[in-house]
Amino acid sequence: MYEHLETAENAAQLKRVVIDPVSRVEGHGKVTLLLDENNKVQQARLHIVEFRGFERFIQGRPYWELPVLVQRLCGICPVSHHLAAAKAIDQLVGVDPENLPVSADKLRRLLHFGQVMQSHALHFFHLSSPDLLFGFESEQSKRSIIAVLAAFPDIGVQGVKLRKYGQEVIRMVSGKRIHGSGAIAGGINKALTRAERDYLLQDIEQMIAWAQGAVVLIQKVHCSNLPYYDEFAGLRSNYLSLTKSNGALELYHGGIRVKNAEGDTLLDNIDYCQYNQYIHEEVRSWTYMKFPYLLSLGKENGWYRVGPLARVNICDYIDTPLAEAARVEFKAHSQEALVHSTLAFHWARLIEVLHCAESIERLLHDPAILGGELVTKGEKRYEGIGVIEAPRGTLFHHYQVDENDIVTKANLIVSTTSNNMAMNESVRQVAAEYLSGQELTEPLLNNIEVAIRAYDPCLSCATHAVGKMPLQLELVNAQGDLVAKLLKHDTGEFEHAHG
Amino acid sequence: MNKTLSIDGQEIPFEDGQTIMQAATAAKVYIPHLCHHPEFTPHGSCKLCTVKVNGRNCSACTFPAAEGQEVLNNTTDINEDRKKITQMLFVEGNHFCPSCEKTGNCQLQAVAYHLNMLDNHFPLFYPQRAMDASHPEVLIDHNRCIFCTLCVRASQEQDGKNVFALSGRGINKHLIVNTPSGKLKDSALVADDRAAHICPTGAILIKRTGYTIPIGQRIYDHHDISDVSLTTAEAQHDH
Ligand code: SF4
Ligand code: FES
Repeated sequence: MYEHLETAENAAQLKRVVIDPVSRVEGHGKVTLLLDENNKVQQARLHIVEFRGFERFIQGRPYWELPVLVQRLCGICPVSHHLAAAKAIDQLVGVDPENLPVSADKLRRLLHFGQVMQSHALHFFHLSSPDLLFGFESEQSKRSIIAVLAAFPDIGVQGVKLRKYGQEVIRMVSGKRIHGSGAIAGGINKALTRAERDYLLQDIEQMIAWAQGAVVLIQKVHCSNLPYYDEFAGLRSNYLSLTKSNGALELYHGGIRVKNAEGDTLLDNIDYCQYNQYIHEEVRSWTYMKFPYLLSLGKENGWYRVGPLARVNICDYIDTPLAEAARVEFKAHSQEALVHSTLAFHWARLIEVLHCAESIERLLHDPAILGGELVTKGEKRYEGIGVIEAPRGTLFHHYQVDENDIVTKANLIVSTTSNNMAMNESVRQVAAEYLSGQELTEPLLNNIEVAIRAYDPCLSCATHAVGKMPLQLELVNAQGDLVAKLLKHDTGEFEHAHG
Repeated sequence: MNKTLSIDGQEIPFEDGQTIMQAATAAKVYIPHLCHHPEFTPHGSCKLCTVKVNGRNCSACTFPAAEGQEVLNNTTDINEDRKKITQMLFVEGNHFCPSCEKTGNCQLQAVAYHLNMLDNHFPLFYPQRAMDASHPEVLIDHNRCIFCTLCVRASQEQDGKNVFALSGRGINKHLIVNTPSGKLKDSALVADDRAAHICPTGAILIKRTGYTIPIGQRIYDHHDISDVSLTTAEAQHDH
């Protein structure tokens, strides 16, 4: 472990390197490295420099606005926030998950599968495949989806279409490709028409086939680069996700399960409404992102990873056949132990894309999505908690309202927050092992970004700007003078400047 | 012989006592408006219905129709002015369409689309305005009030109550509830009142009904406000 790199003792005398912003992730993040005269890394941190204060913004609003308001948290997985908030406000109108009308439950699941599929496809094909297909230290000009489309046209096009299909599912259920409506307290505002269902059915088989191909591809990339892929930025950690009560992979609704690095089950089938008896959040002065941890293990050891790697690792099985077969191979890779490789996030992510595609097909053949009871209602309550497996991991929404239906308190734990500790640890590890002692170059620095990107962090709700994010690296010497500057313009061009 | 006036060169009949707006609506000519409603005494405050009558700017909702008037309505210049007025209405309050539950059913938004308003143009005021959620069934979000007084008039003229009033002048103008506490819960308003359903924006809302109408089935999803306004019997079209 590299905790000693979180805070250097003599920070003021060290050379400072800043990666700002980290590109090809969602939102605005910045990495700082402090180096000594020999270019040895003494401190490495991922900072979140943007703070939206959403929790306070929501206070004072009527609760039924929540699913629509919170979508604005994120341009990439708005549906996850929409659904987590909807699950929370279901409780405010007295509806527990088991009492939600069957049609509403299935339509929400369909919406969610569409979301996870589009988010994962975007991440893998648009943001990460350049690194994975061309290598982490490949020429900067190659590391974009455009280059992927040129060199691997089939893969590129399939990625774009898988994403598009996920967006179409979202559009059919919620009325818009992003920021639609759909889920309301106690249900959903419309069923699918036959025409909408048939439209989606047309391409689903193709999507399943492509998703299957993508799993084969990532497995090949992973396994032909061993042991590098198993070790790069890897760390042994605890894992947390929802699972079905029978242990199956679950994205929409389930109980909390936690396994430690050895694979022992620490928590299972925990009602997520009790989450704050198990999880606390720590604040650190140098970043806006909090650090959640498991109370039973304490701040030091209680951090955990969430997201595709956690989910595929700790579920007992997947209830769709092709994804299950892929999971079995994934686990065989580690002889049934938990897979700790950070780059295996990509592999797990694509297994989930396959699961989403299969699940969408199953739901499209279910008549419940075409109508029936859509909304129900019970006794008013004053507190609601909604938890969902968002593309990036477990997402918690927790609200309190007053007698006038106005939100008085909100607490959100977004998925990326849960991976905060792990991302920092991965950054420190890569900094120490791959960069330390070397002259810094852009491809080397990309290694750090590759590590961060594996988590698919959504660093804020900033709008998405693939390849457009300007990147700035500054080398500052021990006296604090700027000695060199590397600029990446939003055109993608590089410029070297000297201080 | 019928009396006539012309709007943009088109001969329009009218009857004595009609306003230009009434004559135009009867002849299926749309004049953009927000504070006008055919069932209530005209108020003439929003100025969106401004037309040129024989070369002079007038509010069509209050100006009496008269023989031989030459009215300009749908011209580029006038619509540009109307767009500016709409932009001012937007920046003066807090109108965030994407998350507002009235989106798709809102006349302010629909007029903005009709006038091809693509941005706010003016800097946003971000006024600090409160919300009154005290009533069990009805909510006022003052952030979205444009002071059209339709709720004031509906309460007085149709509900036989006097729940609302405007207070203050200029930029300090605001809607008040006529009760000692100033709270809606202490007023005589009930959810079935006309005043609770008349607001052209998302300022007065029936609680717990937001977002229940799916996208695609809202009033202005597929129809421009000019069509809705002329084809709806009431020529006004909230609920
Ligand atoms: S609350 Fe609505 S109806 Fe009343 S004055 Fe304001 S905008 Fe007009
Ligand atoms: S509609 Fe005539 S002034 Fe408002």
